[in-house]
Amino acid sequence: MKIAISISGKTFDSPFDSRFGRAASFCIVDTETNLWNVFENPAISASGGAGVQAAQFVAEKGVQAVISGAYGPNAYDTLAASDIKMFLAPGNEVFTGQKIVDLFKEGKLAQTNEATHAGHHGGAR
Amino acid sequence: MRIVVASGKGGTGKTTVATSLAFVASQKATTRLLDCDVEAPNAAIFLSPKIDMHKEVGILIPQVDEKTCTYCGRCAEVCQFHAIAVVGKKILVFPELCHGCGSCTLVCPEDAISERLEVMGVIESGTTKEDIEFAHGIMNVGEPMAVPIIRELKKLAPTKSPTIEIIDAPPGASCPVVESIRGAEYTLLVTEPTPFGLHDLKQVVEITRELGIPTGVVINRDGIGDSAVDEYCTANQLPVLMRIPMERRIAEAIASGKLMVEALPEFIPVFEDMLGSIASRVKL
Repeated sequence: MKIAISISGKTFDSPFDSRFGRAASFCIVDTETNLWNVFENPAISASGGAGVQAAQFVAEKGVQAVISGAYGPNAYDTLAASDIKMFLAPGNEVFTGQKIVDLFKEGKLAQTNEATHAGHHGGAR
Repeated sequence: MRIVVASGKGGTGKTTVATSLAFVASQKATTRLLDCDVEAPNAAIFLSPKIDMHKEVGILIPQVDEKTCTYCGRCAEVCQFHAIAVVGKKILVFPELCHGCGSCTLVCPEDAISERLEVMGVIESGTTKEDIEFAHGIMNVGEPMAVPIIRELKKLAPTKSPTIEIIDAPPGASCPVVESIRGAEYTLLVTEPTPFGLHDLKQVVEITRELGIPTGVVINRDGIGDSAVDEYCTANQLPVLMRIPMERRIAEAIASGKLMVEALPEFIPVFEDMLGSIASRVKL
């Protein structure tokens, strides 16, 4: 399956970025073949609505799950509407993209059913 | 003549000056006051208007008829604020991100978008016992944008054609302040002679210079702090039109909801002089 991981860097070995809406880049990985591609996040310099834009971006790439550190309410609503599952990487250690995929395949990542924080502008109506 | 009273730093005395200026002006001319500090309007405390109009205001936000919508995504593409998203066969609207520009509605090839009013606050108007025409805006608590309310307030047509219109602007130097200052013939900046006062004064002067509006300064709590504000005004050709001393009597008056000139009528001629000074600068 295709998943997106928020990272700050240009490769699969780059460090994990715990932000979603303002992540530096997204690494899109096929968990079966391990083939990957990194895209700069178009929302990084948006004046507002970064969560919405980032969510639409990964949805257009056809991913079925996202792994990040936190999801604001607008990002959450947009991803949920796209039926994209949201996972959280554990907070304390520094991981690479590869390590995150391994944890994901082993079922060691927690899935979230709500926005992580109140966000900076609120939710959809 | 439209005079906007602004400041930069909050709490310097904008409302103190604006309300007394309106009182003094009303003794000789038809006067109107708009309190554009819609997040925390307080001019009504000092002028006690009898309110006779109350209207809900906000922006028009999109609502999509999903029976007509083809999920083409053009609306989401055109929205600069990411306030409308199309994902698969779902449309999401984010009212708090929407700026009410109407682009999505315009661009929809199926005409599937209509607009509804998203209420963000109210505007009220009335008259004071001095016959000052009064209006203010009150933004709903938790709303992130003040500008649409200020815009509606400024669009309100006066019932009598005022000779003098005074606008009490919000503090700061961001969008709500620019919206309040736009269209002014003179900007009166109330500051205090302290480093914070000066720092924020400079920001608003940049705005009035950008908008090409003649500007003057009132130094409130004159006597405290340092001389940097005076030096800055001299160096930048900003006339200091009034100095209000640091006096407990003034603070007591304001704290009890009294107009400054009501508690200290010796300031009435000072305000009259300032009005005359502004009038002559506006004609030039």
